[in-house]
Amino acid sequence: MIQLILKRVALGILTLLLVSALIFAGTQLLPGDVASAILGQNATPESLAALRQDLGLDLPAWQRYFSWLHGFVTGDLGMSLANRQPVADLLWPRFGNTMALAAYAAIVSVPIAVLLGLAAAVRRGGVFDRGINIVALAFVSLPEYFLGLLLILFLSVQFNLLPSLADTYSGMSFGDWLRATTLPALTLVLVTVAQMMRMTRTAVLSVMDQAYVETAFLKGLRTKRVVLRHALPNAAAPIVNVVAFNIAYLITGVVLVEAIFNYNGLGRFMVDAVAKRDLPLVQAAAMVFGAAYVILNSIADIAAIALNPRLRHPR
Amino acid sequence: MSNVLTIRGLKVAAPNGNLLVDGIDLDLAPGEVLGLIGESGAGKSTIGLAAMGYGRGGCRIVGGTIEIGGTSLMEGNRATREKMRGARIAYVAQSAAAAFNPAIRIGEQIVEGALYHGKMNRQEAEAWKLELLKTLQLPNPETFGERYPHQVSGGQLQRAMVAMAMSCRPDIIVLDEPTTALDVTTQIEVLALLRSLIQRYNTSALYITHDLAVVAQIANRIMVLRHGKMVEEGTAEQVLETPRQDYTRMLVAERQGNLVGETANRQLGDVLLDVSGVHAYYGKTPVLDDISCNLRRGETLAVVGESGSGKSTLARAIAGLLPTSAGMISFDGRRLDRSYKSRSREELRRIQLVYQLPDVALNPRQTVGEIIGRPMKFYFGMHDVPKQKEVSRLLDLIGLPQDFASRLPGALSGGQKQRVCIARALAAKPDLIICDEVTSALDPLVAEDILKLLKSLQQELGLSYLFITHDLGVVRRLADRTLVMQRGKIVEQGPTAEIFQPPFHPYTEELVTSVPELRRDWLDTVLAKRQQATA
Repeated sequence: MIQLILKRVALGILTLLLVSALIFAGTQLLPGDVASAILGQNATPESLAALRQDLGLDLPAWQRYFSWLHGFVTGDLGMSLANRQPVADLLWPRFGNTMALAAYAAIVSVPIAVLLGLAAAVRRGGVFDRGINIVALAFVSLPEYFLGLLLILFLSVQFNLLPSLADTYSGMSFGDWLRATTLPALTLVLVTVAQMMRMTRTAVLSVMDQAYVETAFLKGLRTKRVVLRHALPNAAAPIVNVVAFNIAYLITGVVLVEAIFNYNGLGRFMVDAVAKRDLPLVQAAAMVFGAAYVILNSIADIAAIALNPRLRHPR
Repeated sequence: MSNVLTIRGLKVAAPNGNLLVDGIDLDLAPGEVLGLIGESGAGKSTIGLAAMGYGRGGCRIVGGTIEIGGTSLMEGNRATREKMRGARIAYVAQSAAAAFNPAIRIGEQIVEGALYHGKMNRQEAEAWKLELLKTLQLPNPETFGERYPHQVSGGQLQRAMVAMAMSCRPDIIVLDEPTTALDVTTQIEVLALLRSLIQRYNTSALYITHDLAVVAQIANRIMVLRHGKMVEEGTAEQVLETPRQDYTRMLVAERQGNLVGETANRQLGDVLLDVSGVHAYYGKTPVLDDISCNLRRGETLAVVGESGSGKSTLARAIAGLLPTSAGMISFDGRRLDRSYKSRSREELRRIQLVYQLPDVALNPRQTVGEIIGRPMKFYFGMHDVPKQKEVSRLLDLIGLPQDFASRLPGALSGGQKQRVCIARALAAKPDLIICDEVTSALDPLVAEDILKLLKSLQQELGLSYLFITHDLGVVRRLADRTLVMQRGKIVEQGPTAEIFQPPFHPYTEELVTSVPELRRDWLDTVLAKRQQATA
């Protein structure tokens, strides 16, 4: 089993390397030129060339890639081209903001989703199951920007319960922070809860059809105990998988939500960086997103390996 | 003495409203074992589960009364039934491998019922578990419970399932084909242990099986079921020795094995298949070890052995599905390549396979006509009218009506599906058909018809069969020669009549004597003989 996990970790690292190469190649394809973006319309060819040399843009691509990768691994994310500050100083506070919002949403949505999924599975085909499925489908089909705007319309414009702008600043109290971020978090919860709930339901249902669940019922166990003791441990792997997938989405897929609520997170930061052609910022942000995605999915896979009794207790 | 279980007028309906069990009355006295006998679909498992107030897969109990020790299951609410289940009436399933939770230690699952129902405290439950594991002769009973289901063998798991059912010392135990999934040599052990356990704790039992000979060893009374209705009921002696109904007589006759005649000394052709010195591996595990045998034109060679003996592997090697690592397989004098991928289409055509499970061997989206017509197109390039003619000729040959050509496999019974599989093999006009446990998944009477069909096809078409089976009764009636395998090696081979006559090879003798016989004292005789032999 250790071997399998090590293999999975190695695969994760390889994936990250591939991602880094893709990101680097992708940013090379971005239209426009940083030097001309910085110097503006009136730059002379000489000053452009000088700036390019200064920024290291005249070196061959593979050289720039390896020096960038080396810097990234050692924690040096490079300098922002636009305002000449270290990328790390700009990026990590925003990443912290994104993580905080994701954590807020996840803490609410994961337990709700798993509980609703379990409840729907136990009452398969009943009114509750059908009702919750329709609601879930509706939320899955609504795009998040539309959902976010609806929430703003009702909760802040109509009833004035919550602020429509998620303005956060350092030193704000936890209560204020919660109030400011509740609307974006709520949007994210509504978008993710439906999928997690449906997957939990499916995973538990497929286990509920197994002979050993019948055995448990024939022992005279009540439904609650059958589900929690006999079904859930065997459905854990797919549930962990979809939860990890959704948390990864909470971190990496927030661009739109951050834009709607003007939240100072990594997604909005990256969009701004693309507009400014600030390649080191774009690369670093993309790399952080990629890493979050790969790490969470690796954790899910490793959890699935660790939860498998056949692998945990070989013959 | 009053009954522990009384059922009156039981009716169970499938979700679509069809009655699976229709008006069954049943009584069970303390310590009594009632055998429920019938083919699949007879409703025997449904009755066993209904006795626990349980309907499988959406089946509902729609009529009748069920009383356990004076408590009515149907009048009570859900909680009443839950209190009874496991505590006073417990269930042993056919496949313990599926019935044990793979994520929980065996010991935990055994004591769960007793603790949950509050029958014992942890200490008492553990002590009782240990006693049960010892009684059931499980290896290292002290530590056996610490293992997970996938870590023990099928026979051990089946015994552990019995221990799990006995956890609350129930009055009644429902045994649903508890030995059917086991090899004959393992079956006899489990059967003997079950019987002594039931006697020792004076437990009543419903013993559900399709095998009359098995139930003959353990039941006091027998109830024969068909299509959800009772055919007849009586003491075990009466039902087995003087059955009153035709259907029961047929079942008994089938089990005595006198429906298909003996194989006479037939005229055989020259050698068709020659296997010499074949070795094969799954990864690094040897699965075929120096196998040599041959098969003549028009001959039936049976390959027998327990699961894991390599008999199906031999078939796969001959068909080229599992490439051999050493040795030679030649067919009609010409050497066959070790993998089917590099054999010619003609070589492929002449060897066809029929599988154990007709349900999964047929594409559910193709009609019977398309399934049978496919080899004609593939091997002979037949189309349209000639193909249709050939399909209808084959349907005739296998005894299915013409309109079956347009049906999908889902609309066919198990026996009909197996006939279609045979027709598909015949469509290639093969010389050799490899039959891999072709009757194991079928009910006895249906299996009998398939065997008759195979036999008449052989006479008509001069086919050779490589017949892989664990059913020695089939072998005796069908095979000219027999090959006995154990752990990938050939134990012995020779004319069937010689193999099954003393002096036996010790392993063959174990196999032969392990096959249950209809005599009620069979189990005792065999056990006594074995004790003598080891003493």
